[in-house]
Amino acid sequence: MTLKEVKEILNAEVISGDHDLNKEIKCAFAAELLSDVLALAQEGALLITGFTHSQVVYAADAANLCAILFVRSRWPNEATQQLAIQKKIPLLSTSYMMFETCGILYEYGLKTCALKVEDGKD
Amino acid sequence: MTVFDIINLFGLQVKAGRDQLHQAITGGYASDLLSDVIAHSQKGNIWVTIQTHPNIVAVAAMKELAGIILTGGREPDKETVHKAQEEGIPLLVSPLFTFELVGQLYEKGISGMNPC
Amino acid sequence: MERTDNNILIHKTFHIEGGNFPNAGTISDQVKKTLKEAGFPNSIIRRIAIATFEAEMNVICYAKQGELSLFITPHSLKVVVDDEGHGILDINLAMSEGYSTADEKIRELGFGAGMGLPNIKKNTDEMILTSKFKQGTHLEFVVYLDRQETHLPFE
Repeated sequence: MTLKEVKEILNAEVISGDHDLNKEIKCAFAAELLSDVLALAQEGALLITGFTHSQVVYAADAANLCAILFVRSRWPNEATQQLAIQKKIPLLSTSYMMFETCGILYEYGLKTCALKVEDGKD
Repeated sequence: MTVFDIINLFGLQVKAGRDQLHQAITGGYASDLLSDVIAHSQKGNIWVTIQTHPNIVAVAAMKELAGIILTGGREPDKETVHKAQEEGIPLLVSPLFTFELVGQLYEKGISGMNPC
Repeated sequence: MERTDNNILIHKTFHIEGGNFPNAGTISDQVKKTLKEAGFPNSIIRRIAIATFEAEMNVICYAKQGELSLFITPHSLKVVVDDEGHGILDINLAMSEGYSTADEKIRELGFGAGMGLPNIKKNTDEMILTSKFKQGTHLEFVVYLDRQETHLPFE
């Protein structure tokens, strides 16, 4: 699934990274604890979160994630948006709650990140 | 659908609240931010989270949620189990990550369409 | 550490302020930039960036202040973190997944899920953690370059 499809399926707004919407999403990971994102989200994952602080962009960048989708109309501040542009991490925002967001994307065939993958160390 | 039904459907481990499994589920709520759950969850929701500390029970009791499912095989703190037992809040564990578990719950008709 | 490697090519030190949550991630970002500029492959950078992020979060969450140093040698990437803080009472317990002493404020910010130290270990080849209770913590971790199959900038 591409980011463009995610945008259409969820009627999401693109906050930044308009030109990167053809990016293919490897898997999805939904969480608001950064440590879990760093430990468990796989490279190329779409992060689904309600957490909009700049740290989430740094974490996504450290873990080479594909993009961040904010739920329940959460919108990051200007500094976080600028950081995301600089890091080339597209940001999207949907009005759906996290539960509904996961449910709909799962229904459309987006896969979860694999459990307990020792990525990068194989 | 009741809490008991989803335990059977998804093979969830029951850590506490065994006598409260008959409750009907009104919908689902997924979040790891307690303030968000306090603000937006609805009575009778089943709450999916990776937070394991005792405060999740206080939040679930206050919002009269149907139960809590911890994802990613996360073990609740001892104090959390104790508190859930006391408050009669079903505390359940799934080995699946939040995205996958919510996807499957949604497929079975549990909606997360709470008004924003 | 398994091998002393005295030939340091790049050495950078960063200061971390305890409790400065808005700044979290910036040190890891600096380290990532340094490694990118030096031309390391993405797979190695990712491991160090994740481990450094966790280490940085630990200082912010639990210490008054700390210093994080990156050492690049021909054979390894090493990060050393020293902090002044309350230290760790039981290291074995701190190393177990899900164990956390984080308070609610830390958790609500998305930190403190008790995955930090195990995740550093998971992403690196070697990790050493020592602590003096009520004084501070010393952490170092290494990724060895010659164990990687990918092409390295110094070859």
